[in-house]
Amino acid sequence: MTAAIELHEASRAFGNVVALERVSLAVAPGEFFALLGPSGSGKTTSLRLIAGFDQPDSGRVLLDGEDVTEAPPFARNVNTVFQDYALFPHMSVAENVAYGLKVRGVGSREREARARDMLELVRLGDLGSRRPSQLSGGQRQRVALARALINQPKVLLLDEPLGALDLKLREEMQAELKGLQKRLGITFVFVTHDQGEALSMADRIAVFSQGRIEQLDTPRALYNRPRTAFVASFVGSANVVHADAARELTGHPRAFAIRPELVEIVAPGTPVRDGSIRCEGVVLDVLYHGASSRCRVRLDDGTTLAVAQPEAASAAAGLVAGAHVRLAWRPDAAVPLQD
Amino acid sequence: MAARVFSLQGRSSFYFALLLVPPLLWLGIVYLGSLFTLLLQSFYAIDEFTARVVPRLTLATYRVLLTQPAHLDIIARTVVMAIAVTAVSAVIAFPVALYMARYAGPKLKALFYVGILLPMWTSYLVKVYAWRLILAKQGIASWGFEQLGLMGALDRTLAVPVVGGPSLASSYLGMFVVFVYMWLPFMILPLAAALERVPGSLLQASADLGATRPQTFRHVVLPLALPGLAAGSIFTFSLTLGDYIIPTVVGAPGYFIGMMVYQQQGTAGNLPLAAAFSVVPIVLIGLYLALARRLGAFDAL
Repeated sequence: MTAAIELHEASRAFGNVVALERVSLAVAPGEFFALLGPSGSGKTTSLRLIAGFDQPDSGRVLLDGEDVTEAPPFARNVNTVFQDYALFPHMSVAENVAYGLKVRGVGSREREARARDMLELVRLGDLGSRRPSQLSGGQRQRVALARALINQPKVLLLDEPLGALDLKLREEMQAELKGLQKRLGITFVFVTHDQGEALSMADRIAVFSQGRIEQLDTPRALYNRPRTAFVASFVGSANVVHADAARELTGHPRAFAIRPELVEIVAPGTPVRDGSIRCEGVVLDVLYHGASSRCRVRLDDGTTLAVAQPEAASAAAGLVAGAHVRLAWRPDAAVPLQD
Repeated sequence: MAARVFSLQGRSSFYFALLLVPPLLWLGIVYLGSLFTLLLQSFYAIDEFTARVVPRLTLATYRVLLTQPAHLDIIARTVVMAIAVTAVSAVIAFPVALYMARYAGPKLKALFYVGILLPMWTSYLVKVYAWRLILAKQGIASWGFEQLGLMGALDRTLAVPVVGGPSLASSYLGMFVVFVYMWLPFMILPLAAALERVPGSLLQASADLGATRPQTFRHVVLPLALPGLAAGSIFTFSLTLGDYIIPTVVGAPGYFIGMMVYQQQGTAGNLPLAAAFSVVPIVLIGLYLALARRLGAFDAL
């Protein structure tokens, strides 16, 4: 099957800042794909290359198998939802949505009908005559979606689509975007710096760091089997134990990641299960989250581990800063990392 | 505690008022007050014998203004010139402003601003008289045309009735050139400011939705630049309507509104007629603003 989008060894530098270094990725048709990373990691640059707002210094961009590396944005069957929505302030909502049809010479009656359909799709049916400035952030987001979808693109690109919304709205929109993508069956590629958003929405995620893809995998694989220290800490907020400390703990000088919820606090007087990795340390601080408590424990060799204890666990109650605790985890809970 | 907060608020609003009073007085008395006095003067009568202004309300001055063919000629001439200057200034200014606002790098942009503002620091009179010399029969302009072998074209242009004349310096064409030169910065600056405010993402969104560059220009850039165009055109239009120095120094002998105001309040001593003449630009600008609003020039604000 031909990939909907393919970046092939794409590089891009701005002055002497390397934004993207020989990045290759392929997005399958109908996939919900996330580009995840901190700011400056190259995720937005990748999106701009796909949209056609920028060209790679070297490498190629393919859409549906066709080389579009040099093609301008208007010649690509790709549409974008911008981070600031980029709605035209001098047009009504309906005119904004119909813009893509207007510039392609579709007659005004068909334009109006299709714009109305799109507004229905994003549940803004009755707001067509308003100006964008009269809408709330969530409504503007929907208008931007409707406007980008009206040309029936093969691929929809979303640049930090939920970044400007408050938490409750963000969760609603996550579910809505996911539902919309399923219904329309088109490829969605979205950029985000929020790992929770990427994990909950995407089919696959490319994790970017410093202009490269650190790991490209399903959310579950990224969370459970991070390959690098960066992915482990950025995606799962996992503890990363470096090679030296690892040798102390396990006898093997290989860095590993261990998730806070898989580290167990062993209550005094309770035996540790056979085969477990064990260590001792001092509690630095405790944060109570309701369903769980999170604390940081400094081990004897100076390594700090985050530990999450469910509220139900008996050890959770007695945790105070300065307490001496014993920690243990199953060897298979630790994920070995590449250097 | 509450009382204390309250008194603090009272005190800060006192200082606020203290800050606000001088500019309000300035605006109220110096600007609006004098404008109102001017309006009032145009309704005053004038004693035919003593040429004294009599504070008796009458519409006689406006009758004189609007019934004498010479006066109507002056108004028509000024308005046509103002429209031509505004239109051509807009056409010249748009690409300059667009380049400044969207394409020039920071250094080049600064250079553009200096280049546009610098001529405004020299005396207006010096520039007008310099233009008279430039456009004179033996001036640099005709020398330039001669060097380029375009003397024939210049002669033929000057032979055109109404716009032409014995030389560029004594033709409406020459006057028009000087007007455009003088007021162009007032068109470029608000236009550039308006274009600079257009977020780049709007242009990207337009291209993304399938618009070619000319389509993006027509449907996005131009409508969003309209408030700047309206502001700039109000400058060029009203400055041309009111100016009396350029028509005096450069161009054909016909009178303009500004010259009439100058003459009527000075040598002729007819303050009411001078006031009535100066009301004409105010009314015209008012009409222009209403029209611009009707056409949606301020919708993007």
